[in-house]
Amino acid sequence: MVKNIIDVRNLSKSFDISSKEPGLKGTIKHFFRRQTKSLKVIKDISFEIKEGEIVGFLGANGAGKTTILKMLCGLIYPSDGSILVSGYLPFRRKENFLKNITLIMGQKQQLIWDLPPIESFYLNASIYDLDKFEAKKRIKKLSEMLEIDEELFIPVRKLSLGQRMKSELLAALIHEPNILFLDEPTLGLDINAQRNLRKFLQKYNKETNATICLTSHYMKDITSLCKRVICVHEGAISYDGKLDLLLKKLSPVKEILIVCRSEEDAIKLENSGFTVKNKIKNEITLKIENNSITSSLKAILNNFDIEDLFINEPPIDEVIGKVLIKKDYDI
Amino acid sequence: MNLRKYLNVYKKFLHTSLASELEYKTNILVDLITAILSLVGSIFLLSIFFQNNGYIGGWKFEQALIIQAIYTILNGITNTWFNPNLTEIVKHIREGTLDFVLLKPIDSQFFISLKKINPSGFLEIIIGFLLLFLCIKINQINLNLSFLTLSLITISCSICILYSLWFFISTTTIWFVKTWNAIEVLRSFLYIGRFPLNSFSFSLRIFFSIFIPIAFITTIPSEVFLGLSVLWKILLEVIVATIFLITSRKFWLFALRFYSSASS
Repeated sequence: MVKNIIDVRNLSKSFDISSKEPGLKGTIKHFFRRQTKSLKVIKDISFEIKEGEIVGFLGANGAGKTTILKMLCGLIYPSDGSILVSGYLPFRRKENFLKNITLIMGQKQQLIWDLPPIESFYLNASIYDLDKFEAKKRIKKLSEMLEIDEELFIPVRKLSLGQRMKSELLAALIHEPNILFLDEPTLGLDINAQRNLRKFLQKYNKETNATICLTSHYMKDITSLCKRVICVHEGAISYDGKLDLLLKKLSPVKEILIVCRSEEDAIKLENSGFTVKNKIKNEITLKIENNSITSSLKAILNNFDIEDLFINEPPIDEVIGKVLIKKDYDI
Repeated sequence: MNLRKYLNVYKKFLHTSLASELEYKTNILVDLITAILSLVGSIFLLSIFFQNNGYIGGWKFEQALIIQAIYTILNGITNTWFNPNLTEIVKHIREGTLDFVLLKPIDSQFFISLKKINPSGFLEIIIGFLLLFLCIKINQINLNLSFLTLSLITISCSICILYSLWFFISTTTIWFVKTWNAIEVLRSFLYIGRFPLNSFSFSLRIFFSIFIPIAFITTIPSEVFLGLSVLWKILLEVIVATIFLITSRKFWLFALRFYSSASS
């Protein structure tokens, strides 16, 4: 049986937030008498993550995804509840715990700006107490996986965002951690760079059985990497389970574009009782429920003269967008 | 603590920060010129003060030069290590990059206090030592083992006090987010350290000894050089330095509990 590597029980976090009224009067008032209030950003959440799992955290901006990630890696003290990561209390930041984890943030960087990435890698290697030989071996292995070579010797400030992100990944993985916390790792990357990064993460997970916790606003990251998602809405978990189940629940119908041999066939199909989305000449788009797709297609192919047929999933962003604004999804 | 690992990491710190700084040759040259001009300006200012009767607070110009030499060495140390690292703490906290430091299996205070180095500060240290040797010659100071030990102890204590004060202020960024001004105030107070403590009024002497111990930083080491020091003052400086170091360490660990990291 695969063991739980992350165990979160009734976790809450509150921050003191100050607010300011607009205008000069508000600014002066804010300077002399700051109004602060305690805001509960994470509300009594519980979940477990198994070793080797890739879990996506979904939520709107400010939902609390990054705060959860930062509590899991020990950067922020929880206000209430308990967290165990790899058997450690993260916020104690014990050396052995830190050697097991890594945090990669798409919008922040740890590489030394004026020097080639290779210098940062060797610095990190010395921090993780790796000897030169071992460090060299790991850099070679990871740079091959990430498909970077010459970039290792060019100052970071002269690298493209995609090359920089690959180097950030290498710097963050040189100690071969078995838990990866990724906060929007593909932010700002072009489509090819995003795809390469996802490919790398899949490969890394497969080869090392590392557990990956990921937040991203790019749905492609989530759909291609995560079988399981945890949806966060206003600091609470609104859904925790398989991604495909969520998609089925949120999007119970598929759109089927059928190209008929003639316009007459299309008219016949239009009047045969299926839900029609639209019809243009001999092309007709039907909406069919997921659970009756097979029987419906069988009936259509048997009774109508069909030239071509396309099954379209509704756009994932649209579907997931529904999760971000809804409080609870019981599946 | 694994000493070998920390030495290795420090070697890497030295290497990477020197390599970073050497990327900008002109900047280093400008820094060197600034250091020389700053020293010349300070000595000129001192000579003006001593022009009338040759004494300030019972100190002769030649004796006051020792304070200037120690100040220059300490300022060099400040510019070499404290300035590039401790001002960076504010940036780390404001931008949330402290996250990377805290998640490394290394002492975070060690990391943020020593990661960078500004090589141009070395020149100031060298100039300071040259001036100090000159003062030793002018004042006909007898170099013996006890003198060297005491001066080493007092200068080390001065460095510790200076570091702790600066680190303490930078740590408050965790709550106040922006503390550049407080650091500037500290730097301004340090300028006062170029003058003998006796040259100030009684109330200011108390202030600079108790509240902001600038007096300990330059005057006591200088007194050692002139053979004017008394044991209790040296012991007091050692105690003050130890208390400051321990307090700054405890304060950092305490403050980290309140670190909320910058939002993404």
